[in-house]
Amino acid sequence: MIPRTPKSKEPSPIAAERQDGDARLITRRSLFGASASAAAAAIVSPGLAQEGDNLPPSVPEWQLHPGDETLSLPYGRPSKFEANVVRRYRQGLPEPPTRLSSFSLTPLQDLCGIITPNGLHYERHHAGVPTIDPSEHRLMVHGLVERPLIFTMEDVTRFPSVSRIHFLECSGNTQNWGAPKPELTAQDTHGLLSCCEWTGVPLATVLAEAGVKPEAKWMLAEGADAAAMTRSIPIEKALDDALLAYAQNGERLRPEQGYPLRLLLPGYEGNTNVKWLRRLKLGVEPFQTREETSKYSMLMPDGTARQFNLVMEAKSVITFPSGGQRLGAPGFYEISGIAWSGAGKVARVEVSSDGGSSWRDAALQEPAMSKCLTRFRAPWDWDGSPSTLASRVTDETGYVQPTREALLKVRDVRSYYHYNAIQTWSVAAGGAVTNAG
Amino acid sequence: MPGKIASAALAIAAIAASGPVYAAERYDFGRPATPQEVKGWDIDVSPDGAGLPPGHGDVQQGEAIFAEKCASCHGAHGEGKPMDRLVGGMGTLRDKKAEKTVGSFWPYAATLFDFVRRAMPLNAPQSLTPDEVYSVSAYLLFLNGIVAQDTTLDADTLAKIKMPNRDGFVSAYPKLGASPKP
Repeated sequence: MIPRTPKSKEPSPIAAERQDGDARLITRRSLFGASASAAAAAIVSPGLAQEGDNLPPSVPEWQLHPGDETLSLPYGRPSKFEANVVRRYRQGLPEPPTRLSSFSLTPLQDLCGIITPNGLHYERHHAGVPTIDPSEHRLMVHGLVERPLIFTMEDVTRFPSVSRIHFLECSGNTQNWGAPKPELTAQDTHGLLSCCEWTGVPLATVLAEAGVKPEAKWMLAEGADAAAMTRSIPIEKALDDALLAYAQNGERLRPEQGYPLRLLLPGYEGNTNVKWLRRLKLGVEPFQTREETSKYSMLMPDGTARQFNLVMEAKSVITFPSGGQRLGAPGFYEISGIAWSGAGKVARVEVSSDGGSSWRDAALQEPAMSKCLTRFRAPWDWDGSPSTLASRVTDETGYVQPTREALLKVRDVRSYYHYNAIQTWSVAAGGAVTNAG
Repeated sequence: MPGKIASAALAIAAIAASGPVYAAERYDFGRPATPQEVKGWDIDVSPDGAGLPPGHGDVQQGEAIFAEKCASCHGAHGEGKPMDRLVGGMGTLRDKKAEKTVGSFWPYAATLFDFVRRAMPLNAPQSLTPDEVYSVSAYLLFLNGIVAQDTTLDADTLAKIKMPNRDGFVSAYPKLGASPKP
C-alpha cells in the first residue's frame, strides 16, 4: 500500500472559494450543483480505486471531495451497501400464481434491537395493496350500537391518541413441521414477524362514541381492499388494548400496512389486525368468515379444526448466528436474538450451544414490554467445534416455548398455523451456520 | 376544557337514557351513518343467512358463470390449479393428506356466498350480482354433491343447507387457549 497524495496541481474549487474568504459561497447551489462531487473527485483524485487506497495510512477517497448535498433525498433511504437487506419471498417455496395474494418476509438476521423499519415490515395481502386517498376514506361503525357512525380520518386523528410498541406475527410464520431445510435463514423461518411503534386511538374510545349495546359480544372488522378482508374479534379484546392505528414508527402507515387506518390487536395473530379498515360491525356471534373457518383454523389429527386461535404463543429465535451466516475464527461471539409473547411480557430467555442439553440465561434488553419483541444476548466462546444453538423463552404467564418434538406430539403439518417450537441452528466446524429445524 | 365537560355531561345523559354499558366518554366526533350508507357497505352474511340479499340462482346458470369467470383459476370443475381446489376431498380430514375444499371443509354455505360476493373473482371483486352469486354458490354446492342438479338457491334455501363439516369446528376462544400446550 502506497500512501496516495493528490497529484493535480490545480486547486480545487472549494479551496479557491476558501481563499476568496467567502465561506458562504461554498454551499451556493449555483457553484456546486449535482456535479460538484464528481468534478471535485475528477480534479483531486486521479488514479483512485487501487486496492487498499481507502485504508490507513491513506486518506479515504470519500474524504477528498464533498459528499452528496443536503436534501439530495427528501425521503432518505439506506446506504447502497445495505442493498441486500430487503424483504423477499421464502427460499425453496414456489411462489403463488399471483403476487396479489402472497407474502414477503422481514430480514430478521440483518436487524438490530427490536424495531422493524417501515420498509422492511413483512407483508401479507389477499388481493393486493389498495391506493386509498385518506380524504375519501371512511370508517363505519354499526350493528349493535346505539348510534351508527361514520368517521373521517380527521375525526379519527382528533381523538386522544396513544403510542405503543407491539410485534405483529402472521400465524403461518415458521413452517418447520417437516424435515429442516438447511439453507433456510431466519428470514425464511421467522420473517413473517415485525415490530413497530404504533400510534392511534384506543378502539374503546371510538366504540364508546357509537355506544356498544350490552348484547354485543363479537365485532366484525372489514378492510377496504379488494378482498374486503373480514375477521371476527371478541368484544373483550376490542375494549381492552385494541388500537385504531394510523401511524407506525413515527410516520403514517405504509400502504402495505393498511394506510390510512388499520386495526392493531396486540398479541393477536396477524390476520386479525385488519388493514385498510373501513367497517366495524357489532354482533352477538362470530361471523364465521372465510378467514376464520377455511383459513387460519388448525386441522387437528382427529379431523376437527380449531378456530379463533387468536393469541400468538411465546416464541424466540436466535438471529446471530443464524442460518446462512458464517463465523470466522474461533473465539468470542455474542449470541443475539428476539423473543416475544402474545400473552404478555417476556420473562426469561435461555440459550443453549449443545442442542438443548444444557441451558443458561441470556440477558434481556430492558425494557421488556408486553406483546413486544424483546432483544436477548448471551456471550459465547466458540471453540471451533460443531455446535447447535437454540433459544427458549418463558413468558410472564409461565408458558415455556416447547421443543419441536413436544409440539409434534399434539399437532402436525395439517394444523399449519401457530408453529412456535424452539428453533435450532447448526454451526459447522468451519463456521457455516445452517437451519436444523 | 369546557368542551370535554360538555361531552362528559352528554355521556352521562346518554347512559341515563339508554344504558350502554361501555360508554364512558363522548367527544361527538363522526356523524350518523344513514340507513342507505349502511346498506351499501353492510355486505357480510352470517351463518344463519342474515344479510343474504333478495334474488336467486340455479346450478345451470352457475355453471355458465363459473366457466366464464372462475374456471381459469379454479379449474373447469373446481378441481383447483392454479388457485384453491373447491371440490372434493370428502372424508379426508383425518388423513395425512387432508383435502380442505368448500365441500369437505367449509362449515357454512352462507360463508361461501359471503366470500364469493366480497372477494371473487380476484380481478373484479364485488362485480357479481346477487343472482350470479346465488348461481355460483349453487353450482359449487352441486359439484360437491351437497345439492341436486335442479336446485335453485335464494336467501331462504341457502341458509337451510347443512354443510358436511358443519360440526367439525371447535372454537379455541376463550377456553381452549390459543394452541394445545405441549
